[in-house]
Amino acid sequence: MPSPILKKMHVSMTVNGKAVEGLVEPRTLLIHFLREGLGLTGPHIGCETTHCGACTVDLDGKSVKSCTVFAVQADGASIVTIEGVAAPDGTLHALQEGFREMHGLQCGFCTPGMITRAWRLLQENPNPSEDDIRTGISGNLCRCTGYQNIVKAIQYAAAKISGAQFKEAAE
Amino acid sequence: MIPAAFAYHRPKSISEAVALLSDLGEDARPLAGGHSLIPMMKLRLAKPSDLVDLGAIAELKGVREDGADIVIGATTTQREVIASELIAAKAPILKEAAMVIADPQVRSLGTIGGNVANGDPGNDMPAVMMCLGATYLLAGKGGERRVAARDFYHGAYFTALEPGEILASIRIPVPPPGHGYAYEKLKRKVGDYATAAAAVVLTMAGGRAASCSIGLTNVGETALWAEEAARILVGSSLDAATLRRAVAAAEAITSPASDTRGPAQYRTKMAGVMLRRALERARSLAH
Ligand SMILES: Cc1cc2nc3c(=O)[nH]c(=O)nc-3n(C[C@H](O)[C@H](O)[C@H](O)COP(=O)(O)OP(=O)(O)OC[C@H]3O[C@@H](n4cnc5c(N)ncnc54)[C@H](O)[C@@H]3O)c2cc1C
Ligand code: FES
Ligand code: FES
Repeated sequence: MPSPILKKMHVSMTVNGKAVEGLVEPRTLLIHFLREGLGLTGPHIGCETTHCGACTVDLDGKSVKSCTVFAVQADGASIVTIEGVAAPDGTLHALQEGFREMHGLQCGFCTPGMITRAWRLLQENPNPSEDDIRTGISGNLCRCTGYQNIVKAIQYAAAKISGAQFKEAAE
Repeated sequence: MIPAAFAYHRPKSISEAVALLSDLGEDARPLAGGHSLIPMMKLRLAKPSDLVDLGAIAELKGVREDGADIVIGATTTQREVIASELIAAKAPILKEAAMVIADPQVRSLGTIGGNVANGDPGNDMPAVMMCLGATYLLAGKGGERRVAARDFYHGAYFTALEPGEILASIRIPVPPPGHGYAYEKLKRKVGDYATAAAAVVLTMAGGRAASCSIGLTNVGETALWAEEAARILVGSSLDAATLRRAVAAAEAITSPASDTRGPAQYRTKMAGVMLRRALERARSLAH
């Protein structure tokens, strides 16, 4: 016998270092819990079909598309969204600075997902080649930039974090 | 795109999960990484009454060596398959295939068990498992049974899994040291299912193929094990004439649909091209 559908379930998780909790329907997607439940509107809903990566967040140390995770699955998890990337005093992260300096965005819709993904990528691989960056962000689509400046922004951040000087490759 | 309502369960053990599934009835479904099931639920192509999340069951996770086999727990993610040193050393074709599945975010959550249990002919792992001669361990309320990957797939989304059963692990006989391997996949872009793909594992001795196994992805109702094509190659030096005959034998067992990935004839030919490339690369890696 199917069980009666419980209206709401209790979830608690750590989001950007803060303990949060809420009541959600089991079918509530993590992106909706973050945006509507917690007011974190940084992660965007682009496609809703697991393709574009605009909804990317960090879940227990892995990049995931939060439109394809139920909030109940993330019960007990630790999550980082774009809101958690800058320093508490507002100083931009090297990636955010890189996107600004290298013109890594135009309309900006893909940017929270791009930066959140790149944030994890640079922890997985602090010294990525251009190829590593391109495959690393292959789950994130951008309709504006043609990716070139996004790659440069990530290279800028990788160099800054490792203490090196970023040199733009000759075109 | 909001899925229909369902009740959610998070068992801690295999026995608890299979008891739940059999008590809840046929409209209950296991949930692994959710990266095939949740998209289907959003489209309301799947409306399970209950989801039994396998994510908290520790005994379903991990990769280990057991004698001459590698055993992979069902909820091991594609990301964990790629990171496994054991797999990279002993059965690198699994890593190669996992790396051409979807994108990094999907691989963070998508599991190897979900990939092979799903029954979608577009999934990449079933053909690799057929190629490697893997065995699936299925757990149900009445106990466990083993089914060979080569016997598991009966039609699109139709497998040997009975209602109430889950796939617990995959047992893979380690291919001989020095074997050559390749998974060649033609896709239109990152995150696309195969137009056609071929998995090859072979061994060479004295310039001739001593053994060969071939799996094909997305060119039929299920993944295909190309037994006849492999038989033709064994004993040959993989010379041009024999390759042509083997590729023709593999093409002959395909029956792809005409869809956005191309007309059926094209996809059959691409299966042949992928097979030829996979054989050539596997031969160059064998020693
Ligand atoms: C954008 C995108 C691109 C993709 N591209 C590819 C690709 O190129 N190649 C590819 O192979 N896949 C691709 N996938 C699918 C992805 O690999 C899925 O993760 C995989 O097919 C299913 O694994 P899962 O763990 O997510 O399973 P789920 O979605 O949780 O489950 C899938 C089905 O299997 C059942 N199931 C799951 N685990 C078990 C178990 N242990 N026992 C019994 N039944 C079980 C579920 O009930 C469900 O019916 C893609 C997915 C997306 C979203
Ligand atoms: S909104 Fe999640 S991948 Fe596009
Ligand atoms: S900047 Fe517009 S989608 Fe990327």
